[in-house]
Amino acid sequence: MLSIKNIHAKIEEKEILRGLSLDVKPGEVHAIMGPNGSGKSTLAAVLAGREDYEVTEGTIQYIGKDVLDMAPEIRAREGMFLAFQYPVEIPGVSNMNFLKAAVGEIRKHNGLEPLSAKDFLKLVAEKSKLVELDGQLANRAVNEGFSGGEKKRNEIFQMAMLAPKLAILDETDSGLDIDALRIVANGVNALRTPERSFIVITHYQRLLEYIVPDFVHVLYKGRIVKSGGKELALELEEKGYDWIKEEVETANA
Amino acid sequence: METATTSPLKEKFLTSFESHESALAQINPEIVAGAKSAIDELDFPTTRTEEWRYTRTARISNEQWKIIENKSSIDITPFLIPNLNADVVVFVNGFHREDLSAISNLFGVSVAKMNSFSSVEGAQRADEANIFQVLSVAYCTSSLQIDVAKNTVVEKPIHILHITTDEKALAQARIEISVAQSSQLHLVESFISIDEKKSFTNRTLSVSVGENAQLYLDKIQMESDENFLLNEDNIYIAGNGLFTINTLTVDGGWVRNSLNISLDGQNIEANLNAIFLPRRKQLVDNHTKVNHRFPNCNSNELYKGILNDQSTGVFNGKVYVQPDAQKTNAYQSNANILLSDDAQMNTKPELEIYADDVKCSHGTTTGQMDENALFYLKSRGLGDDNARRLLTTAFINDVLDKVKNEAVKDYVIGELVNRELLFN
Repeated sequence: MLSIKNIHAKIEEKEILRGLSLDVKPGEVHAIMGPNGSGKSTLAAVLAGREDYEVTEGTIQYIGKDVLDMAPEIRAREGMFLAFQYPVEIPGVSNMNFLKAAVGEIRKHNGLEPLSAKDFLKLVAEKSKLVELDGQLANRAVNEGFSGGEKKRNEIFQMAMLAPKLAILDETDSGLDIDALRIVANGVNALRTPERSFIVITHYQRLLEYIVPDFVHVLYKGRIVKSGGKELALELEEKGYDWIKEEVETANA
Repeated sequence: METATTSPLKEKFLTSFESHESALAQINPEIVAGAKSAIDELDFPTTRTEEWRYTRTARISNEQWKIIENKSSIDITPFLIPNLNADVVVFVNGFHREDLSAISNLFGVSVAKMNSFSSVEGAQRADEANIFQVLSVAYCTSSLQIDVAKNTVVEKPIHILHITTDEKALAQARIEISVAQSSQLHLVESFISIDEKKSFTNRTLSVSVGENAQLYLDKIQMESDENFLLNEDNIYIAGNGLFTINTLTVDGGWVRNSLNISLDGQNIEANLNAIFLPRRKQLVDNHTKVNHRFPNCNSNELYKGILNDQSTGVFNGKVYVQPDAQKTNAYQSNANILLSDDAQMNTKPELEIYADDVKCSHGTTTGQMDENALFYLKSRGLGDDNARRLLTTAFINDVLDKVKNEAVKDYVIGELVNRELLFN
């Protein structure tokens, strides 16, 4: 599904990712954890195609294609989805018009007929239930005036609507109270299939109690320095990140 | 004092249409003579003239315009607004064409030619005498008066359609509208050019909104890059009156709107909304004046521009609150998006407040498209063009929502979509 090899990326001359490699197979859930400033969000940004980040070395293959050559919209149409850490408010653009356009472009790209208005609304009704998003929110402007929890639920709702092959969740749990967290996690779990893969980026182990990962990776100074099963997350929760930092510094010394 | 001699420039401008005077509107000779002598004392504004600082008129003053009365049959159906179901008043090259118009004897409405102007006095009251105004009096192509009698809610909209058809045509229609006490009218005015022939439309509108009367005016400007369009609108509103104007500049090479609103009583509401979307080398200039003269009136002004390529926008909004105009609420906002590094927006809000118990605000912003929003939309699969159009659509949506007539709104949206300026 996704193969990241030795990626180096910088923003404004500052190198953030320094040789990151990761393999994700269909249906797998990978958690990326790490202290602040380790490069977690940069990884998400590079995968989604944000232009401010420059990839200086390495390759990213997604379903056999070179991701770095694809515009952000092509990545989306090919089935990549990024749930933003800070979803953008877009006054004046209704959630519905936006989603209709997005679904339309993705279907067109994949050689599918456009959805009828009726089928589209049916899909909206079905998917908004997943994250307990009421119809009112669906009709409002994109994220405008939404609470933090509503914004994150809206991200998962969009994910459900666009049915990606690979979903990247960038600190979707940050700023959520426990109820909102449960709703978001339930939404994600409902979308898990044997084909769909997830990269869950998080600072805290808490989210991983709800979205149980197959693999946990620790990102530090722009590289994955430790990988393991879900028990690694528990260990990090218990001991913090310092022991990892020490391990890395000792190895480098 | 000696009168200034006619500059060679002006001479060239004038000689070309002296010979066509027989075709002109039959205006009181004294008024025409007065206007002609005023021309001698005036000249075309330059960019040193404050009111014309960003709007060059050289391409107008250097041209030899002609008065061209086109009597041929023209199919106007492509220029009508679907589902508007309006009476239509047609001007071609500034000449009223009764044969093309369709007026259904609306109850309480009269349409007639006039040979004098109440607006001339208005023009003279303005301290800056304006050569374009004087020209349109001296060489008026058609003058028309539309009166709505007292206590009449006009059942259909009236659509005034201005078409230019001929190369170098100078169209100088003057229209006076009077909506008498407690009456209501929806007026639509559209400006169209055929075959991209270079023309200059210098159209003057004088409106009197009577006591407790209401006038809604939707103005749709969509000429081609070759056309020059000057609108001088003088609006006088009596007590308890309501006036709303939506100026929708969809297209046109050079557009100058001079909108002057005088609130001549209490409890008046005046709403001025506009969108303008110049591109290529187009210029759109909106000059507005709102004069609060009496207490307890509201004015709301919302102007939004989206400028692309090497286009230029000008906004100059003046609001005067006179000493007697206590309890005035006056709001003004001009927001612009520049889509290109070469586009230019010159905006200048001016508030002059001489009363002490008022609420007034003005704000102006000019910025680029929100790159974060753009990326967000693209990350969901929208292409760059569609994402940009969706954002521009969102930006002007609140102005479009002020257009209450669905037929007009659909028409304007359709024209914007056709020009790929709006998201479909």
